[in-house]
Amino acid sequence: MSLEIEERKGEASLGDRLHPEPRHEPLIFERSGAGKVGYSLPPLDVPERLAIPKDRTRADIPGETEVTEVEVARHFTRLSRLNFSIDQGLYPLGSCTMKHNPRTNEEVARLPGFAASHPLAPEEVCQGTLELAWRLEQALIELTGLARVTLQPSAGAQGELAGILMVRAALAKTGNPRRTVLIPDSAHGTNPASAHFAGYKVRELKSNARGTLDLDVLQQAMTEEVAALMLTVPNTLGIFEDRIRDIAEIVHAKGGFLYCDGANFNSFVGVAKPGLMGIDVMHMNLHKTFSTPHGGGGPGSGPVAVVERLVPFLPRPTVERRADGRFALDFDRPDSIGRLRTFLGNYGMFVRALAYIAAYGNRIGDVARGAVLNANYIRAGLQRDYHLKYDAPTLHEIVFSDKRQGERGVHAIDIAKRLMDCGFHPPTIYFPLIVPGALMIEPTETEGKVGLDAFIAAMRSIARECEDDPEIVLRAPHTTPVRRVDEVAAARNLVLRWRPPV
Amino acid sequence: MKFLPVSDSDRTAMLQAIGVARVEDLFRSLPREVLGSPDLRPPMSEIEIRRSFGELSRRTAGARDTAFFLGAGLYHHYVSAIADQMLYRSEWLTSYTPYQPEVSQGTLQSIFEFQTHIGLLTGLDVANASLYEGASALVEALLMAERLSRGRRRAVLSAGIHPEYRETVRTYFANLDLEIAEVPVGPDGATEAQALAAAVDDRTFAVALQSPNFYGLVEDWKSASAAASGRGAQSIAVVAEAASLALLAPPGEAGIDIACGEAQSLGVPMNNGGPLLGFLACRTAHQRQIPGRLVGETRDAEGRRAFCLTLSTREQHIRREKATSNICTNQGLMALAANVHMSLLGRRGLREVALQSHAKAEYLKERIAGVPGYRIPYGGPTFNEFVVEGPEDARSLLSRLAARGILGGVPLSRYEDGSPRRFVTAVTEMNTKEEMDRLVAALGEAA
Repeated sequence: MSLEIEERKGEASLGDRLHPEPRHEPLIFERSGAGKVGYSLPPLDVPERLAIPKDRTRADIPGETEVTEVEVARHFTRLSRLNFSIDQGLYPLGSCTMKHNPRTNEEVARLPGFAASHPLAPEEVCQGTLELAWRLEQALIELTGLARVTLQPSAGAQGELAGILMVRAALAKTGNPRRTVLIPDSAHGTNPASAHFAGYKVRELKSNARGTLDLDVLQQAMTEEVAALMLTVPNTLGIFEDRIRDIAEIVHAKGGFLYCDGANFNSFVGVAKPGLMGIDVMHMNLHKTFSTPHGGGGPGSGPVAVVERLVPFLPRPTVERRADGRFALDFDRPDSIGRLRTFLGNYGMFVRALAYIAAYGNRIGDVARGAVLNANYIRAGLQRDYHLKYDAPTLHEIVFSDKRQGERGVHAIDIAKRLMDCGFHPPTIYFPLIVPGALMIEPTETEGKVGLDAFIAAMRSIARECEDDPEIVLRAPHTTPVRRVDEVAAARNLVLRWRPPV
Repeated sequence: MKFLPVSDSDRTAMLQAIGVARVEDLFRSLPREVLGSPDLRPPMSEIEIRRSFGELSRRTAGARDTAFFLGAGLYHHYVSAIADQMLYRSEWLTSYTPYQPEVSQGTLQSIFEFQTHIGLLTGLDVANASLYEGASALVEALLMAERLSRGRRRAVLSAGIHPEYRETVRTYFANLDLEIAEVPVGPDGATEAQALAAAVDDRTFAVALQSPNFYGLVEDWKSASAAASGRGAQSIAVVAEAASLALLAPPGEAGIDIACGEAQSLGVPMNNGGPLLGFLACRTAHQRQIPGRLVGETRDAEGRRAFCLTLSTREQHIRREKATSNICTNQGLMALAANVHMSLLGRRGLREVALQSHAKAEYLKERIAGVPGYRIPYGGPTFNEFVVEGPEDARSLLSRLAARGILGGVPLSRYEDGSPRRFVTAVTEMNTKEEMDRLVAALGEAA
């Protein structure tokens, strides 16, 4: 009885529950009640035993929960309703490729041979899982036009590290690993971080007035001490480096490697091939281009495709198809950079990505064509209202800025918060760094014209509000479960967990 | 195509608004030489995908249709239906990193709860929002210790740490001018406290010990904390079987500075080795050096409790090459699954799972020790996994068992020379006495 009353506290009516009103959900720890259980196990069918010295055991986990399944179901359902998600509407978070996640893929990933299997079982009973990994590698080889692919990296950033480590190993093999990696100032923050963890110094290259790489700057920076140029293609402004082949030539002429951050592969998958661009190594984000769910922040998966010359350095193990048609893991790779994690990688994401590729098959270029069409439609719809620092043709995303609205004291963050009131997730803001007050919009191909029109209308109405009634934008959001959250206070007074009452 | 909601007439209208005639015109910045369409099969329907993937799935033996005793860092534990079904909710599945807290309170609060669970289990103050998996979590813990040491270059690792973890550390360290000293395990399969202490010098930034170790033996965290303490090094507890945290003494209480490892056992299916769930926890004093995302509690403009990502000035999107880690996307959905699981099992259930796993493993260990030709080479205490030495090459023995529907263990020869007849066998609450008796009988017949 007391439980029921507690649950009703602060949640007055049914209407309240169905309507996305602000609400407060206690922590699961605050729901605990002594003696409540949320699980059942079979009775122990062997003798009770505790054969570990007492000083190496614990007697209790004070503070851990005591709740029923009912409370867990409600708690997590209510919490979920405080999240915005792709299934609710446009989620134009630039650079993240928030597209629809096909549910078939969720279903097949949970088949027992995939979800309940173990990679250390004898190879002869793992033929299905090995074949699937091999098939995914073949599909990614076909899509990239490169020689081989490792599926091991856990996410894009680990893929970057794997790629740069392979470059380093290849250069070291010829006597000099070199010292520097060149990275344009428009790059994702993971690029310099990954290059650093591979032991390289980072040299930043200034973009030109078009927002692309300046070939003279590159020519000058590209010495025989440079291991690689890390280039995002198309770049984070959505602009394709139209002189990509010249860029590759400059890098190759000095014996360096061209690394491609494939975070934006969604804009040209099935239309163009990195292998034809002169790219030597490229990571892909399965959770972006191949639509494995983002899950509130992962899991990702970051396969890396490489040219023939880098194949000996791939992480161990690789999946091979033997002459007799059987599949096997190959650990005997003396030049391998080693491993970046346990087992084979985020295997569950391989299943989903391969199912996604299978659904499109040879029509997968429609993904890129749809994504580019939608982004350009938003560009056309908003370019009269928002400042576009770089006006070169863009592919799958478009980066506006708050320059005009800033004159009224309204900034990118305010526009982002106001969009929430209109039923949209905000775009990525303040990135790329070369656009002050950036609003980076990536609609993806899984949005229809109706949704795009509604988004354009919302953005335009916010632009008008910035003129007429900036206060309403500055105080946004007004309709979300919580009002504007004080992030400064969070960092100043760190509370990073709940603690049991003493 | 069912995932593409733009109709032909919409497309025409959109192209007109953009001012181009064809979609292809939007790709005019791509040089002709780089264009190429893939030679893939025609699109597959949902029915065909189900059929094709179902066929692949049937050609791998899983835990549902075998007597299953594989572990070595990846375990078959109980996961309640609700822990998986919750993941299907669109709000969890199809959202992303909670950069915008006002529309992400669900994810943020769940991570805050996850951080709390990990803190309670490890006995440490602060846990991050997750890392990829156990091996890279150890790397992150070591790099964190290196930063705290300000200039020391050497890490001491017990050789009882999972071989794939150690290989991962070698990969990451190879180009960072960092040195690794491995302390071999003693003749009883456990790390000797004296050897660990002796390996620490004034250039050492960390001492890492795994318990239960790769051979299943329960180590004493105090041998790591004593080796590091007062010598300017951080002690690191590595946990590859997180179910043990509910029964074994928590690292934090044994003076450990950083705990890290693999939390897959806490609500995440094996998934053929991934996605898994790395974790890292430390003391408050070092929270500003922790890698990865962190969620903190704060207030909204109306003074209500709210949550947001915090201390992001440590992270790559702000600090770039000076960041504490290059990690961006982590294991968000797995952290949610673990939160649901830990919340359901809680104070009593986590412990009961651990106790059952242990009791069953003790039963199996004793039975196998009684089979002629087999012995348990290490006599020390184990949690739910132990090494068996058989009468013949373990790989061929285990392959024969597999053909009979028994996945009996992982041969040590996968990882080390010199013990071809040994394998490591894991038991959890999922194993029945009948399955264990079947394994024992099969070993007896094989001998």
